[in-house]
Amino acid sequence: MLKEAEIRTFIEGATNYFEVSAQQSATVGSPYLVTDGNPGAYEYTGVIGISGTRKGIVYFTAPRGMLTVLLMRMQETDTSDDNIKDLVGEVANTISGNARRDFGKSFVISVPVVIAHDTDKVTAPHRRSYVIPINWRTHSAKLVVCLE
Amino acid sequence: MGADVKASLKLMIVDDSNIIRRRIERSQQIARLEVVGAASNGREAVELFRRTRPDVVTMDLTMPEMDGVECVQKLVAINSNVLILVVSALADKATAVDAIEKGANGFLCKPFTDRQLNDALAELLSEA
Repeated sequence: MLKEAEIRTFIEGATNYFEVSAQQSATVGSPYLVTDGNPGAYEYTGVIGISGTRKGIVYFTAPRGMLTVLLMRMQETDTSDDNIKDLVGEVANTISGNARRDFGKSFVISVPVVIAHDTDKVTAPHRRSYVIPINWRTHSAKLVVCLE
Repeated sequence: MGADVKASLKLMIVDDSNIIRRRIERSQQIARLEVVGAASNGREAVELFRRTRPDVVTMDLTMPEMDGVECVQKLVAINSNVLILVVSALADKATAVDAIEKGANGFLCKPFTDRQLNDALAELLSEA
């Protein structure tokens, strides 16, 4: 179960990522709880395994259009599928790593696992997940936090 | 050579993300730095370090094969004069302190702007 302050940590991580990397703010919708074990996914998903004092996953999922524009905003000219996958993993890694500012060193994060072009493969380890909707330019993405 | 002319320094970039490796190479604007190579994990980095003998390294921490902290220790064991800037998303203070204690010289938290990267590298080089 996540506390409100803990959800805020992930919201701040997500908004900070866009503010700094894309030099353009993202807005965050109201976080909501999913209880059926299926928080959903877009075309590209970067999954970070969490171990230590907390266990579960954090994932960032976004459509190709958003990730392509994000790469371009970062002055990256190579918008190949490989780089899109790299980016979605890096966003997940950065937001999860930044969460250690509040969660501490015992919030251990894995290297990213990227799932692309197969949304059915994106699954949560527990029935309850918090979904943080992220809107940037005309695009929508989600940050999903599923911790014990 | 005049005393005010500073020798160029070799830079190695270590990060498991291709876009971050390319971003650092593209964004760093320190005239003295010349990129001599990039590695995607700690094991590759140690091999590349032995071959290219860089003076400066940017080092990610969360990587497959060998993580950045272990890699920092190995690089410092090979050349204790190397300057290492850790560039990581791990934002807790204990991780930064641990990396510095293992031999890193600076810490830059991801995400970063071009200016933050160049400021961190310039500060690192003020030690050279």
